[in-house]
Amino acid sequence: MHGKKKWYASLGQLLIPLVAMALLILFNLLRDPGFFSIGLATNSSGNRVLTGNIISIIDSASELAIISMGMTLVTAACGGQDISVGAVGAISGAVFVKVLQAMGSISVGSVLLGLLLCCLATILFKLFNGTLVAVFHIQPMIATLILYSCGRSIAYWINGDATPQLNSPIISTIGMTLPGIPVPTPIFAVILVGLLLVLVFRLTTTQLYTQTVGINQGAARLNGIHPTAVKLLSFALLGVCVSVAAVTGVCRLGQLNHKTLLADIEMDAILAVAIGGNSLGGGRFRLSGSILGAYIIQMLTTTLYAMNVAPVNVKAYKAVVIIIIVIAGSPVVKSKLTALWAKFRTGKSDSIRRKEAD
Amino acid sequence: MKKFVALFLALVMVLSCTAMALADGDLIKVGIINLDPSESGYRQANVKNLTDTFTKENGYDATFVTAPTADKQLEAARGFITAEVDYILVSAAETTGWDEVLQDAKDAGIKVFLFDRMIECDPDLYTAAVVSDMRQEGETAVAWLESLGLDEYKVLHIQGQLGSAAQIGRSDPLTEKIAADEKWTMVREGTGGDSWDPNEARKIAEAAINAKEDFNIVYAENDGMADGVVAALDAAGITHGVDGDVIIMGFDCNKWALEKLLAGEWNYDGQCSPFQANVIDQMIKTLEAGGEIEGLNELNQIISEEKGFDARTITQEDIDAYGL
Repeated sequence: MHGKKKWYASLGQLLIPLVAMALLILFNLLRDPGFFSIGLATNSSGNRVLTGNIISIIDSASELAIISMGMTLVTAACGGQDISVGAVGAISGAVFVKVLQAMGSISVGSVLLGLLLCCLATILFKLFNGTLVAVFHIQPMIATLILYSCGRSIAYWINGDATPQLNSPIISTIGMTLPGIPVPTPIFAVILVGLLLVLVFRLTTTQLYTQTVGINQGAARLNGIHPTAVKLLSFALLGVCVSVAAVTGVCRLGQLNHKTLLADIEMDAILAVAIGGNSLGGGRFRLSGSILGAYIIQMLTTTLYAMNVAPVNVKAYKAVVIIIIVIAGSPVVKSKLTALWAKFRTGKSDSIRRKEAD
Repeated sequence: MKKFVALFLALVMVLSCTAMALADGDLIKVGIINLDPSESGYRQANVKNLTDTFTKENGYDATFVTAPTADKQLEAARGFITAEVDYILVSAAETTGWDEVLQDAKDAGIKVFLFDRMIECDPDLYTAAVVSDMRQEGETAVAWLESLGLDEYKVLHIQGQLGSAAQIGRSDPLTEKIAADEKWTMVREGTGGDSWDPNEARKIAEAAINAKEDFNIVYAENDGMADGVVAALDAAGITHGVDGDVIIMGFDCNKWALEKLLAGEWNYDGQCSPFQANVIDQMIKTLEAGGEIEGLNELNQIISEEKGFDARTITQEDIDAYGL
């Protein structure tokens, strides 16, 4: 019994999202077993690629998964959310496109330079948010509202063109698949960002510091942790996440649209953090929870599309399922369930004891 | 300190007087209210068309306001009335709520022109409306499809922002045709949402492909969403365009989209003309010369002439002339 309890405890906040994911999978299996079939096709560039709903889900959720990771860090350190990720994403996309256009030709080198410069620009914009939050102690939602409302206009200024095009095999390689590898490239972007964050947080004391600042700033300061630095770091890392997601989004279609690049992703990202069982008030966090949340949201969308739900109804259905997941993960329901579980366990052990007594 | 303020105010007054004196003369004063140019390629071309036409050289003293929301636009209109302009040109963010301001303008003797979008009000409140007929765009596209004479029309339909004039006008002729003709079937209907999101269009197409749905026509209500669907087709290795299995149709005639037509990757692009400035310019010149505007319908409208381009016949000249 001791072993089982440990198994349950180690899952912790991931229990609800895992159950939600399992239910979605079960629902799809019952509805249409063919939902999970994976095929092999040859795409227009002549590469062999995997196809199927599962691949679509993992591929399409990439941008959301990447941004959710960054959002988790900001949430944990600052106890609030950055609602400007979509708008600043448009700025990163604009910088990326601008650099490639200025270079004249699109080569591996110019793409890397574009990525680097757009990453730096995004970090700067995020540090602007971070300064307002960490130095001036402005509520994160208010501080990030500024770039939320003007970010897409800034993106337009950078390019001065509503939908600039990038036509190159290198761009479609980043947006679709690498030659010889049948897995969509955006999935590797998620893995890379995930690895980067794991390296930063697991190999150093950053995770402990971030959680400490999120739980109690005063106590953190007394223990020699610099809350401002920790908060700024979380915003800088969010900047890295946003720029990678934006470049992925631009490369998918080979064009930049300031209005639609990463549109409304801030809301989905906050939702992914919440579904993943992380407290939106800051403190303890698990990146895996948020990533799981992102895939749940995308799986839900893909399921609704697969069911061919009428376009006007898609958002309403999505909202209903998400409300159920969020309520199931709420502290009230959680404590009720835990109490019920404990009662069930003791009841069981009581009957075992009685049996032994017999 | 007080002296400074007084001096400053005096300076401002002198400067503004000279500015007014300079601006005066024989120039026609026009106030132009438009939407944000970053909205789309369409809007960008529209704003450029207006700024290129209403210039000092052409005899105008024009003030431009681009605002994405109705309240800001109404505020700008009131400002123009106070500034006593001769003409106000409006592309309204919302179709209602303009009656009072337009009445005020009329009382002040200011003539109002609507361009691109209609306003729901008494037609007497504006001099003329130079607008697109969205339904005509849909009908032209459906008629083009029909002229292909296919045995079967299996349509993947990607709608724009539900409820917008462009979406309704472009959707209705297609859905009516599908309901009326048994050779036409709707395989799947989806929407790019409020931002006409190409990425959402890509996901919908992916879902259709994954469900092994059989379609031979993609009817996307703007170029961006058509491009999103094409990305999904490319990823699955489904051929499209002039020599392909799937017919690709878009709207708006962005330059990059027309280039895809010329390359044979797409089949059709319907025009939504953003070029209303010349027509209005001519009308104002007629009025200033004491003439009457002719050719208006019962709603005081002039409908912009709009084309549909076929990949088999499009030329580089078309792209240069009509590409946004």
